[in-house]
Amino acid sequence: MEKLRPWLPLFSILLASFLDIWLPDSSLHTPTKAKYFLWFNIILGIFFTAGAIRTIFWRNKGKNFITQAPFYAAVIFLLNIFNLVSKKYALLPVIFFPSLDRVFSVIVEDSFFLASCLASSAQLLFAGFAIGAAAGILTGIAVGFNKVLSYWINPLIRAIGPMPPTAWIPIVLVVFPTTFSGSVFLIALSVWFPTTIMTAGGIQNIPNVYFEVASTLGAGKYYQILKVGIPAAMPQMFLGIFNGAGISFVTLMTAELLGVKNGIGWYINWQKDMMAYANVYAGLIIIAVSFYLLVMLLFKVRDRVLVWQKGVIKW
Amino acid sequence: MVGAVNINSVTKKFAADDGSEITALNGIDLKVRAGEFISLIGPSGCGKSTLLRLIAGLSKPTEGTLFIDESEIKGTSYERGLVFQNAMLFPWLNIYDNIAFGLKARKVYRSSKDRVKSFISMVSLDGFEKSFPHQLSGGMIQRAGLARVLINDPKVLLLDEPLGALDAFTRMNLQDELIRIWKKEKMTMILVTHDVDEAVYLSDRIVVMTPRPAKIEKIIDVNLSYPRARSGSEFLYLRTQILKILNYAGKTEEPGYYI
Repeated sequence: MEKLRPWLPLFSILLASFLDIWLPDSSLHTPTKAKYFLWFNIILGIFFTAGAIRTIFWRNKGKNFITQAPFYAAVIFLLNIFNLVSKKYALLPVIFFPSLDRVFSVIVEDSFFLASCLASSAQLLFAGFAIGAAAGILTGIAVGFNKVLSYWINPLIRAIGPMPPTAWIPIVLVVFPTTFSGSVFLIALSVWFPTTIMTAGGIQNIPNVYFEVASTLGAGKYYQILKVGIPAAMPQMFLGIFNGAGISFVTLMTAELLGVKNGIGWYINWQKDMMAYANVYAGLIIIAVSFYLLVMLLFKVRDRVLVWQKGVIKW
Repeated sequence: MVGAVNINSVTKKFAADDGSEITALNGIDLKVRAGEFISLIGPSGCGKSTLLRLIAGLSKPTEGTLFIDESEIKGTSYERGLVFQNAMLFPWLNIYDNIAFGLKARKVYRSSKDRVKSFISMVSLDGFEKSFPHQLSGGMIQRAGLARVLINDPKVLLLDEPLGALDAFTRMNLQDELIRIWKKEKMTMILVTHDVDEAVYLSDRIVVMTPRPAKIEKIIDVNLSYPRARSGSEFLYLRTQILKILNYAGKTEEPGYYI
């Protein structure tokens, strides 16, 4: 049984492919140019065959693959079931639950337009995220170190911070000259608040002894802020940035309803209005994949910056 | 020789949470000679750490003055290095950067890079430059903490129970290390400890302090040459004497009757 484990995804793929070829399609579903689900299975099949073969020859490298194999098999099995329920037997309302062939056909045939939507969303997100994170870290440091600034700014942060960024939309529409700048502002705002709070909190919770050590070693005030305060608060800062990233994804989707004529959130909304649900699913898949990659990227950056934490704190 | 510390009728009071005042130190007078190894010993609450923090410049006396050589102590300085109990290495810096911290903070790192290497060797941490503090044992951490302070070439080295958290064998090794460093660098050493053996083993003079009121009870000269035998008769005599002053000597009289 253990020997079969790396081959489970392949069995699942073969089953799905066999059923897709063997069973007749329901007449309710519009046929697509190519059998995309089958192609999807073939590509995955090549990938998983290679993975399974690798575990035979390099035992150590394939450990992760073997652990994950049943999970991949189950995911493919669920796609298989969905394929049966939709394309083969049309058990679900056809208009809201299109076949996987249709969804994949959108991703393939509409790829240029989807890529341009993704690019313009990325532009909004990165601009807003960079501004928000930078502003958040700076405010956090200022509030964390300076008692006077903390006195004056803290109540403001506490009043503005918990408001959902999207509640600002009516004002943003009036104040900002372009919808782009308005959307960037909203995204920046959603990253700014958690980053500020966590950075300031992180700095205030640094054990005073670290500053005492630094000052007896000859460090001046600014050197202490730069080389003790900021690195010591870095784990908290990252927590804030992670929170902010999560909120900024939500804000991005809403901000694209402001009137920008491009972007992946806008695409989904537009296709929904057109009742083109295959396109909606295609957009959702692209969002899921790209946000997953962004979060992984953030984790990689964190592991780089916080390498000293390995074995100290886990989250 | 430089590094003499003059403490003139220093009093330190803290405000307690309920508004009352706690006297941590009451009119302390002490002259530490340049280049001597002096220990402050006493039970917790006797103000020995408070006195050390005053010398370091981490807090200011309520009354009285502290001088190092001719200048009054007004704040911290790298010339009065302080080694903390758990070394308090910066967890986000590796051993090399921890030890180089003082040089970088004082902006003399570029001109004295070689010092870092030599101080890492001095505390036998070669090969651990890239390790982070949490990967090291307690003894290694404390040695790194020592090197981090010594690299600044302080006139006075203040040691706040630096070996308190270590196991007995590591502690004895580091005590020998301290003597070796002291003989080599010839700085003034002020050690706060609650280990009587450690005080007798290391110091020229021992300042015995008692709590409530926090004051100096007695200053004992240790006229023994280095290296010292841990179980020599003079050693044991001094040890007993100190314990007697602190009322920890235990029962020493003959029993009144025999069974």
